[in-house]
Amino acid sequence: MAFFVETLLNGLLTGVLYALVALGFVLIFKASGVFNFAQGSMVLFAALTFVGLIEFGLPILLALLVSVAVMVAVAFAIERAVLTPLVNQPQIILFMATIGVFYFLDGFGQTIWGSDIKQLDIGIPQSPIFIPFGEGDLLVTEIDLFAAGVGGVLVLVLAILFQKTKVGRALRAVADDHQAAQSVGIPLRSVWTIVWAVAGIVGLFAGIMWGSKLGVQFSLSLVALKALPVLLLGGLTSIPGAIIGGLIIGAGEKLAEIFVGPLIGAQAIEDWFAYMLAMVVLMVRPQGLFGEKIIERV
Amino acid sequence: MSVTEMTAPAAAAGPAEPGNLLSVEDVSLAFGGVQALSNVSFDIRKGEIRAIIGPNGAGKSSMLNVINGFYQPQEGAVVYRGQRHEGGMRPHFAAANGIARTFQNIALFRGMTTLDNIMTGRVLKMHANVVEQAFYMFRARREEVEHRRVVEGIIDFLHIEAIRKTPVGRLPYGLQKRVELGRALAAEPDLLLLDEPMAGMNVEEKEDMSRFILDVNEEFGTTIALIEHDMGVVMDISDRVVVLDYGRKIADGTPDEVRADPGVIEAYLGVGH
Amino acid sequence: MFYREAGQFHTSYIADQAVFPIPVDRIAIAAFAVIAAVAIPMLGNEWFLSTIMLPFLIFALAAIGLNILTGYCGQLSLGTGGFMATGAFAAFKLSTAFPDLHILIVLLLSGLIAALVGIAFGLPSLRIKGFYLAVATLAAQFFLIWMFNKYGWFTNYSASGVISAPPRAIFGDLLVTSSQASLEARYLFALGIVVVLAIAAKNMARSRIGRMWMAIRDMDIAAEIMGIRPLRTKLSAFAFSSFYCGIAGAMWAFLHTGTVEPLAFDVNRSFQILFMVIIGGLGSILGSFFGAAFIVLLPIMLNNAPGWLGYQVPTDLLSHVEFMVFGVLIVFFLIVEPAGFARLWQIGKEKLRRWPFPY
Repeated sequence: MAFFVETLLNGLLTGVLYALVALGFVLIFKASGVFNFAQGSMVLFAALTFVGLIEFGLPILLALLVSVAVMVAVAFAIERAVLTPLVNQPQIILFMATIGVFYFLDGFGQTIWGSDIKQLDIGIPQSPIFIPFGEGDLLVTEIDLFAAGVGGVLVLVLAILFQKTKVGRALRAVADDHQAAQSVGIPLRSVWTIVWAVAGIVGLFAGIMWGSKLGVQFSLSLVALKALPVLLLGGLTSIPGAIIGGLIIGAGEKLAEIFVGPLIGAQAIEDWFAYMLAMVVLMVRPQGLFGEKIIERV
Repeated sequence: MSVTEMTAPAAAAGPAEPGNLLSVEDVSLAFGGVQALSNVSFDIRKGEIRAIIGPNGAGKSSMLNVINGFYQPQEGAVVYRGQRHEGGMRPHFAAANGIARTFQNIALFRGMTTLDNIMTGRVLKMHANVVEQAFYMFRARREEVEHRRVVEGIIDFLHIEAIRKTPVGRLPYGLQKRVELGRALAAEPDLLLLDEPMAGMNVEEKEDMSRFILDVNEEFGTTIALIEHDMGVVMDISDRVVVLDYGRKIADGTPDEVRADPGVIEAYLGVGH
Repeated sequence: MFYREAGQFHTSYIADQAVFPIPVDRIAIAAFAVIAAVAIPMLGNEWFLSTIMLPFLIFALAAIGLNILTGYCGQLSLGTGGFMATGAFAAFKLSTAFPDLHILIVLLLSGLIAALVGIAFGLPSLRIKGFYLAVATLAAQFFLIWMFNKYGWFTNYSASGVISAPPRAIFGDLLVTSSQASLEARYLFALGIVVVLAIAAKNMARSRIGRMWMAIRDMDIAAEIMGIRPLRTKLSAFAFSSFYCGIAGAMWAFLHTGTVEPLAFDVNRSFQILFMVIIGGLGSILGSFFGAAFIVLLPIMLNNAPGWLGYQVPTDLLSHVEFMVFGVLIVFFLIVEPAGFARLWQIGKEKLRRWPFPY
């Protein structure tokens, strides 16, 4: 039983990290209708920049600030070079363009910072913690708890940003209807820049957390692929959906690996479990758990 | 096969009421808590032009969607060619049995040419298997030519020869409406449902479209049920009119009867007039 | 001779419905066929055939497959690699279990097996639409590759996990598969298959089934009301798409690399094929060839360009720069012409038609 709870707990904590990546997707999709495949490479690029700056000798806080500035610049560049020229194109074209951005950022980050695996140590404690539970103890690492805390704070900040500020109101207006928002004087382009910048910053935090756990490396951008089932499971437009989707998939795949894996005599079902789970859920609820209901009419 | 031969001899009418092609019996339809239609009954006689009118949100489009099976009503039945379908028909069944329609907001296949759109109206009439199609041989080749001839007849009838090979997404609104009518005609329907065929048109375009509708009705004997907001057009071209308001039927009869009905006047002008 | 449409009147619907209604086009295609079938194998060196032509043909076939599903039927798929792998492993199992089975039958059967797998993973498309469907196809991608990796039965319990494709002859002892076959034989064999399948795809696209696919793509509700059954139509697209991808996968393993390994069909392969389809042109068979040519040639150009210019660039840096340039070019092409090379080709032809009088 303790083993089950421990697996569950660790899965949930991994899920928080998935959710962090998925969060960036949801923000952009909500505000611009763009299914941003490049979110994963934004995570990697942000983490590479951050770790590169630290290796360069910058203090952590300064490195963080510079990285944030870089992500804002990236958002600005993407808005200028990719989104504006492609405005009013079908969604699939924008989606493909973000795959282009994905390739560019992956190559760019590694061109500048190299492709070695970098250790990221910013003083987040890595030591294991034993939480007493029933007969025995539950093993979790501090960094996972820390990441969960950061995730919680980020979601809170974003919720406030979206619900309470003028910018947030503009964002929600744009999300509802581009043209209507534009016609009441909301500057579409700066709203997009803001959203992409926020998504980049969320990506930076996600990258720092993943990087501290696994090291900063190319495979980080593949974590983003795992974020796809997370956000589709949660519903493309829902921030709580991204969080809960992340938790479900994180916990689900860990439990499946340990308890289902032996039954079918093979390991690494983590590779596909998330996608299958999301697919099955979507069969029942095509709009995801928290997505807006799709009504068909003619 | 030419256009004038297009109409299949109309199927035998229902035994209950001879002359009825379709009737709707006590149909109720709700979406969640919203009642779109409540206990609506009316009939459509073979060969007539039947108008469905009513203020916005009265449930007119929902009614057409029930008739051709896209929505299944929670209560009531649709009787078509004397056959009773509790809870309505299925879309494929309705299409295969001679019901075709156009849509309020044009629902053409935007990436396809006019020709292909209208050819698509004939999918249910083509029978070559996939292997024949892949090699463009035997039945597939023969059918493509045969059906092309019918479709050219429709293109000719609607005067859209010049845009035959233009992707419909590039056409102006009025022509798109015409192509959509052509696509519905390609199925050689016994019952043609038109959802606001003249919405957004200017007077001349409306006159053209009215002419096409009357021609289809007279030349091919096609029964037509249409939704329209322009009262002038409705009164001119339809044989009988059913009026819906808040999902209920409030009047049913000839244009003159309906025009004189106090309930209809109230629904359109509001209480107090 | 001028390239003219004006003045060329068709007197029958068959002539008007031809794939190449203009005579000059037909002459050009015939010339092209001669070049592909005679000149290239005679004149091309080994490098040209093995690095450019074989991957080009096989990718073009896979791109046609994906184009059927995504371009014609509008169902976004990121699982192409998985379906290609299915074809490759099916071909391996079939040809090792039944060594006497003719290679053409092996390919046909492995295509059919891939089609069945495609149908299975296409079932969710009844309810899942658009981007949401991408997750179902990713499930196919990761699950299939995982399955071929983890269960030894698929590799005949080979210890290394890398297995070589068996040599098989087309007739007599003329080998066409594995590295034992001559490059020319493999090339011509691939060319034959790709040409036949491409023509079949073009014919389907302009027939009833193609119109049904496009109807579902453009307006699925209207299509359903016209009596087109959505699930059946989508599944047919999944089936044909996977059939093509499966054969392409089998050809990749048997004709090109000579080895059967899941790694060759990972998720990056799926993206690569998707690029070919987008850059070439969604909903265009000819575009699939353009896209495949572009994706095959681009890395070769990028790798060699610094050398031609006299620079020496370290290889790892080069691969990163390649990523960047690739990304930029994709965005660039999407901005310049979202409808892909196929549309550029069409515009070029129209210009040529009017030349030398532009108005």
